[in-house]
Amino acid sequence: MFGSVQSVASPAQATSWFVSGQILFVLIHVLGLACFAYIATRRMAPLMRGERDPRFDRPWMRLQRVLQYWLGQWKHPRYPGAGLIHIVIFGGFIVLAVRSISLVAFGISENFAIPVLPAGAAHAYDAITDYAATLVFFAVVIAAIRRIVFKPARYAVPARFGKGHPVDAIFLLGLIAVLMLADGLFEATKAAAHLPPGHMASFGLLSLPWMFNIVLASTTLVTIGKVHLGAVLVHEATFYFLLCYRPFGIQFHVITSLFNVCFSKLDRGTVKPVRWGISDVNLDQVKSFGLKKFEDFTWKHMLDFYSCADCGRCSDNCPANAVGRPLSPRFLTIKARDYSFRHYPVFGRPSDGTPLVGGVFSDDEIWSCTTCGVCEEECPLLIEYIDKIVDLRRGLIDDGKVPQSLQRPLKALESRGNPYGKMEKKRADWAKTKEFQQTCQVKVLSGNGGARTLYFVDSITSYDDRIQAIGRATARILDHIGEDFGILGVAEKDSGHDARRFGEEMLYMTLRDHNVDAIKATGVERIVTADPHAYNALKHDYKNVPPVEHISQVIAGGVLSGRIKLLPVENESSVYTYHDPCYLGRHNQLYDAPRDVLDAIPGLKRVEMSRCRERSFCCGGGGLMLFYEAKEDQRMGVARVKMAAEAGANVIVTACPFCMVNIEDAIKVAGMEGKMTAIDLAELVDQQIAREPATPPTPTRLERETAIQGG
Amino acid sequence: MEILVCVKRVPDTSENEIQLNQTGNDIERDDLVYSINEWDNYAVEEAIQIVDRVGGNVTVVTIGGEDDEEVLRREMAMGAKHAVLISDEGFDGCDGFGIATILKSFVQKGNYDLILTGVQAEDGAAQVGGMLAAMLDYPFASLVNSIEVLANRVLKVTREIEGGNREVNEIDLPCVLSIQTGINEPRYVGMRGIRQVASVKIPTFAASDLGIAPSSVGEAAARVKRVDYFVPAMGKGAEMLEGSPEEMADKVMELVKAKGGFK
Amino acid sequence: MPRIFAYVIHRGGVADDSAAELAAAARKVDATASPVAIVTGWGAELDAACESLRPAYSEIWKVGNEALAYPNAELVRKALTSVVPPGSMVLVLHDHFGIDLSPGLSVKLNSAFVSDALAIEGMDGSFLRLVRQEVGGQFSTHVRCDISTGAVINVRPGAFKALEGGAAGQVVDKSAAAGALTAKRRYVGTVVAEAGDVDITKYDVLVSVGRGIQEQDNIHIAQELADAMGAAVSCSRPVVDAKWMEKSRQVGSSGKTVKPKVYMACGISGAFQHLAGIKGNPFLIAINKNPKAPIFQVADVGIVADLLEFLPELTNRIRETRCAAAK
Repeated sequence: MFGSVQSVASPAQATSWFVSGQILFVLIHVLGLACFAYIATRRMAPLMRGERDPRFDRPWMRLQRVLQYWLGQWKHPRYPGAGLIHIVIFGGFIVLAVRSISLVAFGISENFAIPVLPAGAAHAYDAITDYAATLVFFAVVIAAIRRIVFKPARYAVPARFGKGHPVDAIFLLGLIAVLMLADGLFEATKAAAHLPPGHMASFGLLSLPWMFNIVLASTTLVTIGKVHLGAVLVHEATFYFLLCYRPFGIQFHVITSLFNVCFSKLDRGTVKPVRWGISDVNLDQVKSFGLKKFEDFTWKHMLDFYSCADCGRCSDNCPANAVGRPLSPRFLTIKARDYSFRHYPVFGRPSDGTPLVGGVFSDDEIWSCTTCGVCEEECPLLIEYIDKIVDLRRGLIDDGKVPQSLQRPLKALESRGNPYGKMEKKRADWAKTKEFQQTCQVKVLSGNGGARTLYFVDSITSYDDRIQAIGRATARILDHIGEDFGILGVAEKDSGHDARRFGEEMLYMTLRDHNVDAIKATGVERIVTADPHAYNALKHDYKNVPPVEHISQVIAGGVLSGRIKLLPVENESSVYTYHDPCYLGRHNQLYDAPRDVLDAIPGLKRVEMSRCRERSFCCGGGGLMLFYEAKEDQRMGVARVKMAAEAGANVIVTACPFCMVNIEDAIKVAGMEGKMTAIDLAELVDQQIAREPATPPTPTRLERETAIQGG
Repeated sequence: MEILVCVKRVPDTSENEIQLNQTGNDIERDDLVYSINEWDNYAVEEAIQIVDRVGGNVTVVTIGGEDDEEVLRREMAMGAKHAVLISDEGFDGCDGFGIATILKSFVQKGNYDLILTGVQAEDGAAQVGGMLAAMLDYPFASLVNSIEVLANRVLKVTREIEGGNREVNEIDLPCVLSIQTGINEPRYVGMRGIRQVASVKIPTFAASDLGIAPSSVGEAAARVKRVDYFVPAMGKGAEMLEGSPEEMADKVMELVKAKGGFK
Repeated sequence: MPRIFAYVIHRGGVADDSAAELAAAARKVDATASPVAIVTGWGAELDAACESLRPAYSEIWKVGNEALAYPNAELVRKALTSVVPPGSMVLVLHDHFGIDLSPGLSVKLNSAFVSDALAIEGMDGSFLRLVRQEVGGQFSTHVRCDISTGAVINVRPGAFKALEGGAAGQVVDKSAAAGALTAKRRYVGTVVAEAGDVDITKYDVLVSVGRGIQEQDNIHIAQELADAMGAAVSCSRPVVDAKWMEKSRQVGSSGKTVKPKVYMACGISGAFQHLAGIKGNPFLIAINKNPKAPIFQVADVGIVADLLEFLPELTNRIRETRCAAAK
């Protein structure tokens, strides 16, 4: 395709002053590559000193990640505007990558041609790349207009995090535009040089070369030659400048994103161990726990910092950020990246500035996270946050820097096995109220073989006056479907789920070991819980315990099998909305079972909030977060209740005791009592179950479907 | 600065679940959990912070039995360098004077510049620090809510007095101070910290080690003795309102009005 | 029966109200007792303070010394050690000064010490029977104190009903006995608490919140009620410790002393340190979730309810009534 050009001097042959063209281009390549190699090596330095992090397992799964999230740009359409622009630029880059390489080579040898491609395919590729460059160019222009004129709020930098950097963004877009223009000009001039004057080269309609071709139509060959050479030079210079400029800011993601996606965390709902490769029993030998200095980040977490494109999607969804807590996941990353740039500079000496913990990251910032996981869910590059927050908290815990409001519950967890400091012997009192015992008897399991199923209650349901009702509803449902179940009673301790996420790993381990022993001693075959935090702990944190199900799954199964028949709703003016608990939805992908159950209640009107499913807005956080006094402008729960009202709902159904506490509180704080109520899915189902004598209920949607399938 | 902090292990009353035993001579201790006396914890934190600023060592001491080692370890995990358990059967039934006498003997065996206690423990007596100081002829300040180390072995301390005011004093070392809650924010002691000091051997002193005559302390010598525990009589008690929230609210409103509450 | 002394504190030439409470406590030890007040200080203020005690005490010992112009506990202790005869009983108010003074004084007088006595039940041989509280006021204990070598008894503020005076006591100058006074602790000055935006001592009605308010975010519920009643919001110590409200709003022995007409204790358990700050016998309304809260023992009216539910209800009622009245 790049045949010998007679009338236009090939770039390699052009002489300038005393350096021959060939040498000049070789020099540009060598210098550019050397420069990039040096910079890349410097950027690798902290990664080499970071903590170990095994990310080379499950290659097929990782390949799939790359195909889906990197090549497939899976998360981008979640923000349609910016997402589309990005997909165009990304797609264009991928297509152009090949031509870029050939263009670079062309500077060295005019005889370079893409091997393997037959002439027809090469021509088609040329046409595609012409369009790709054109699309990228216009995408960049639109992006720039967006940045300059529309200024999406997501990109704004709050004063506390420093200054905005729109100029950097525009500069970067400008560089890409120049690259694309140079590419188009190169193509156009090359074609023009081949044709007799007056003839037009055949380029795709409206592509950049096509446009340039029109402009160049009446130009002399000499000028075209000069423009051609200029285009190549500009292209080369911009290409290498961009390459070497990338590791200095958000543009680094163009290089690192592939690796970041490839080495992303594969296991949802889990928390990284204190140190990879150190077993629990050897933890005592570890000198320091958690994150205290930059090098305590794992290499992958450092790579996360490099990979952040500062798109702001994490913080745009972060509930802590939304209510004015001093946490913004976006700036957690950006601040860490800047810290790493300062301490591992490409040029010059490292500067010791503010310390990382307590300086760059304030304690309040670190405690503000509810670990809801929406930031991770939203990030197009699969950057991790929860593990970093947990590691930072482990460091604070290790240094004793724990807010007084959290010390009391942590101490109570240690001494009493629940964060309230209530007596162990009262743990099963929720099941002992007279009224309840008339409807349902709950076995306290002692010894092996007491029951097939364990109902793991956990602390809040055991002790909180209001939440105990959820426990009783859960027990009645299990009883109704004929489940042979029991509870651990005094033998149960807090699952430790949130102790772990608050960085108290040793305390978590003690609670876990106790519970695992207690569970094993009962010989149960499966576990059911109504608390998503306990569910997550039993499912992902604990090892070697029987399989666990959330009560919503049990109910959905019961509805499907016909063991649970549900009565129509009494109050037809009620409009229900389902609030996805973070540890049921995002962390465990249980979005449909609760909704199916609601839809199985005849006559129930259900609406969705604008933030639902994987974008569900955290209620304010569970576990120890209930005790933490965050600095915030508004409660998350209040924001959430308002969202429900906006959706037109007047009943919020949730499936998590902590959501219930937060949302009920929020209804009061927002002054919406009487206008909004909250109910747990188990409570609602318990209330709607058609018990004896059975009046034949109208078949539900699920039942109809089953009937059809069965028929 | 060598700092000694006298600490005590007390029932954790944060959840208000303490009950009397059936005979009424003690609180029901079966279901109790114990922890460091809250005031003492602030005292240890303050000692550690002082040592961080001016150097020295923190020693914690308690009088009791093996069970009390738990609080010593917790305070060591916090940052106290040394811990000492003073334990002797003859010490059972001590009154405050007896405790102060024992501590005096211990202090005299060492070389401490500053001795801290909590203002009070679960018995609310607020007495041992002041007694100890008087026995040692050291100056004393109670209800201390800030400490600043000045030159020439002098401390500047403020005390909590009425109306939220603070009384500023200069006090010569060695001295005894009783520490008020809120003076600092005590650091957290996690499971890991406690495990790390779990096997540290804690030296134990008996009466003979301190040269204390058994007859001078303990139950026999106590001039103040607790006879029994009882739940306070309800007094006149409040008139308890009943009914729906609306009814109670109406009633309260009338009462407030009647008492001249509305202007 | 030992001789009974009452150490009386004074400010600006006026003896503290507790003088009459100490006199009452002395009568509980011995109904026929004629306690002697001891007052330390300097100059005209001391004289005036002694004078103000004449109705309540038949005898007032004046200990004047320039060093005692400010009540430095160490100096007062030295003075009292010289002045008080061996084997006597000394009654002291259990406040920030009594806590500073009495334990050391008992050592120096070689007498027994009972702290924070709520009640005195009289003599039982050579033993004095008293009532104390433990575990934050959850339990009371009977205490037996051997007073054969004398005793220093710290008396809880407000625990003894003040006796009406009737005596016309005489002032005896014991200054000479005090001797020279030097101390290893020196008073430097007093840092007065910041005034704060609201002076809770000026209000007739206080809506006072305690730990039961649960969170800082809930304080507005109390504020709305207070606004509806033209009252101010005050609080107990835990609320200040948690930094939910300013120190200037705190009622209690380590906070402000208030004398409202109506005091609404919302989610306040009723520790004596808090009650010590409520004077003038206001009408006390207690709202608490826990029916066993000690506050119900001292309140005039009690309501067992969740603050977060009850207070808004009350606010609404008051607003409605006031609106109706305005029309």
